[in-house]
Amino acid sequence: MAEAQQQQQQQPEEEEEEEEEEQQSPVEATETDEGSEEPQKSVHKTPTRPLLSMRSMSIVDPDDDSPNMIVYRKIEDIVTLIQDETEGVPIRTVKSFMTKIPSVVTGTDIVQWLMKNLSIEDPAEAMHVGSLIAAQGYFFPISDHVLSLKDDGAFYRFQAPYFWPSNCWEPENTDYAIYLCKRTMQNKTRLELADYEAENLARLQRAFARKWEFIYMQAEAQVKIDRKKDKTERKILDSQERAFWDVHRPVPGCVNTTEMDIRKCRRMKNPHRVKKSVYGLAEEGTPSQSPIHTPLHHCRKGTKEDVEKEILFLNTQLDRHRMKMSKVAESLISYSEQYMDYDQFVTVQEPSNPWTSDDPSLWDLEASKEPSQQRVKKWGFSLEEALKDPAGRELFLKFLESEFSSENLRFWLAVQALKRMPQQEVAQRAQEIWAEFLAEGAPSSINLDSHSYERTSQNLKDPGRYSYEDAQDHIYKLMKSDSYTRFLRSSLYQDLLRKKVCPETEQGRRTSLEKFTRSVGKSLTGKRLTGLMQSS
Amino acid sequence: MGEMEELRKEAESLKDQITAARKTVQDTTLQEAAAGITAVGRVQLKTRKTLRGHLAKIYAMHWGADSTLCVSASQDGKLIVWDSITTNKVNAIPLKSSWVMTCAYAPSGNLVACGGLDNMCSIYNLKGKDGNVKVMRELAAHTGYLSCCRFLSDTEIITSSGDCTCVLWDIETGTEKTIFAGHLGDCMSLAVSPDFKFFISGACDFTAKLWDIREAQCRQTFSGHESDINAIGFFPNGNAVITGSDDATCKLYDLRADQELNTYQDSSIMCGVTSLAPSVSGRLLLAGYDDFNVNIWDTLKSERVGVLAGHDNRVSCIGVSSDGMACCTGSWDSFLKIWN
Repeated sequence: MAEAQQQQQQQPEEEEEEEEEEQQSPVEATETDEGSEEPQKSVHKTPTRPLLSMRSMSIVDPDDDSPNMIVYRKIEDIVTLIQDETEGVPIRTVKSFMTKIPSVVTGTDIVQWLMKNLSIEDPAEAMHVGSLIAAQGYFFPISDHVLSLKDDGAFYRFQAPYFWPSNCWEPENTDYAIYLCKRTMQNKTRLELADYEAENLARLQRAFARKWEFIYMQAEAQVKIDRKKDKTERKILDSQERAFWDVHRPVPGCVNTTEMDIRKCRRMKNPHRVKKSVYGLAEEGTPSQSPIHTPLHHCRKGTKEDVEKEILFLNTQLDRHRMKMSKVAESLISYSEQYMDYDQFVTVQEPSNPWTSDDPSLWDLEASKEPSQQRVKKWGFSLEEALKDPAGRELFLKFLESEFSSENLRFWLAVQALKRMPQQEVAQRAQEIWAEFLAEGAPSSINLDSHSYERTSQNLKDPGRYSYEDAQDHIYKLMKSDSYTRFLRSSLYQDLLRKKVCPETEQGRRTSLEKFTRSVGKSLTGKRLTGLMQSS
Repeated sequence: MGEMEELRKEAESLKDQITAARKTVQDTTLQEAAAGITAVGRVQLKTRKTLRGHLAKIYAMHWGADSTLCVSASQDGKLIVWDSITTNKVNAIPLKSSWVMTCAYAPSGNLVACGGLDNMCSIYNLKGKDGNVKVMRELAAHTGYLSCCRFLSDTEIITSSGDCTCVLWDIETGTEKTIFAGHLGDCMSLAVSPDFKFFISGACDFTAKLWDIREAQCRQTFSGHESDINAIGFFPNGNAVITGSDDATCKLYDLRADQELNTYQDSSIMCGVTSLAPSVSGRLLLAGYDDFNVNIWDTLKSERVGVLAGHDNRVSCIGVSSDGMACCTGSWDSFLKIWN
């Protein structure tokens, strides 16, 4: 695996000894509690990613499952393949004026390759994916600090695996200071500091005032090392180094892609990782730790009790009844088909969507007592829908009253309210509900089966918010199967359903227009006013 | 150790039997069944409003039960209640701890809640007598970060935590009523069923669990994801569950068939799913990703039908308003956007 990469990448020189080591064991070799395998043995299980049929070339430790690492793995697979001699993009040296630009590829080449190999039809999407890869620092534009991919003839270069983010670099400011410092020492235009870099350097000089001699010396040492390298190699390495810093010290305004979700931080493979220096500096003093890193949670491993509980649970699962996929699919499909008309993202709503038109008439309509036809139609979908809407509840209640059977709904509503009451009032209210609906000779006597009745009266010995849960379920089912269906067939409902309600807004508009015309000065003649009204 | 081995073997065997039992009801797939229905076509939503005011990453947002108010939580240490139509800030609540990870709006509109690395769920009363928003309760018992919270009413709230448990609290007394334990990894997200009788949780053990609130039991467990589940939600009819994971896929599980119906993925999508919300009909699934985009999926045909690209950093939260008129996205770029 390491060999394949070496063919493609320009190898960092031997002097940077740390580098060589890093190549082989990219994850810092501190103790991990799971006795992880050597990173080299990252022979991947059959990839579930449809992208590649070959073994993962990624250097990410397969046991590292933190979210950033998962993405790095995928990117590294792509980046390895894209540099392949036969399957990848043509990486070449371009002659330009008096110089040669080594080891580059154009933006268009990358975009085309991504479209072909990731089956992407839209070039914009390929650029989005490419920019994601660039932002992580896996390839970079040679003439820009901003890491993104454009579909043009500009040149891009691939990053050396040493600098890959999967190596868990958290470079210190001392390293950054050395880097900026050495750039100023070499008299090359391509190494000139950008404005923000010059500002950063100035800040670092103030911060490290006491250490500056040390930093300066390190920078000089690095310059000496660099000078020994071949000119072409230096060009490549310098750009790769710069791209590395563009990731870890991004241009102001650019996203720092090394940031992690704080919820995931402590689950990283290497939570106590020692910060290592890009330039091989020995650690001074105690190794620093990120303040958010805390010891791995021990609840990941199951105990014997856990497994026993699991077995019990699995046995219940095994016995459960499963509905056929066809039935379940049908139910999902019919639900969404029924509600599609009400789904703003699929069907444009009438009247207009308030966010688009800044016209709140839709909500005025919802709040009004004159429901629209569409809204009335919804009450027919299910009892839940009818009860959800206050106007629907009201109409249903009215219907039941006409049948002298409103006690069921009134009971249901009373119990709903009980569930939301403050604790102190619950006991009393629960008793009141009993007296009204369930006691011997109750004024609004409801019909409960004996089993629910018994349970409820037991619950009432210690009344709580959920004492009536059983009873409420029973009554709900009764309403659903009996009164609700009759309600839908009733003339009360049907008449309302067929009635085309004139939206209030039309009247509203007329009134405001009248106000406008009244407030307009006497200079306007009657004829012109009429004209205005007609034209609106 | 031999006993452990045997127990594990037994568990594995049961799992195999369950897989086989699930296969027996697979007389079709959802995609096949949906082959005949009309396609929704390309869904193109536009940004209608941008809510500016947070100074750091936004980690969570939640719509109120009416159609225009929403609350957002940011690592700048503020909880902001927005009138999303006017883009005005109705309340800007300073928090004791700036490491906030979640927020919630009570259905009544009276309360909001938030929590994070402080391991607590803090409840704020928006309708206090003197007009000031104050902490009403601090629910403290979790031993891990608070990843998500959802109100059942003004008197009860459910929380999920990095300590691998979910808890039902009585807000008035500030005590734990029920502890839902069973996950083997951090609980990242939860959602309450439309009838308020169940809730689902997604965790870093790659599974989603359905819990019966009253009976305090786990009714079902769904697996299949290859990495942490960060986001979870109910299909609007309450009979199916949608999950979003770091493995860059979303999945639809049906409660009555007790299995996965669809996976929403694309080889060009490499980043994890951070958040999700179904549209009102359930036909569309809007999911926020770490690659700064929101992808819109046709849940039945399992196709990507749209992309919302408007944020300059990860999309961390998403929500569809209660009447389905608009969707709101929140991002690490510190902005919230309203789309439709």
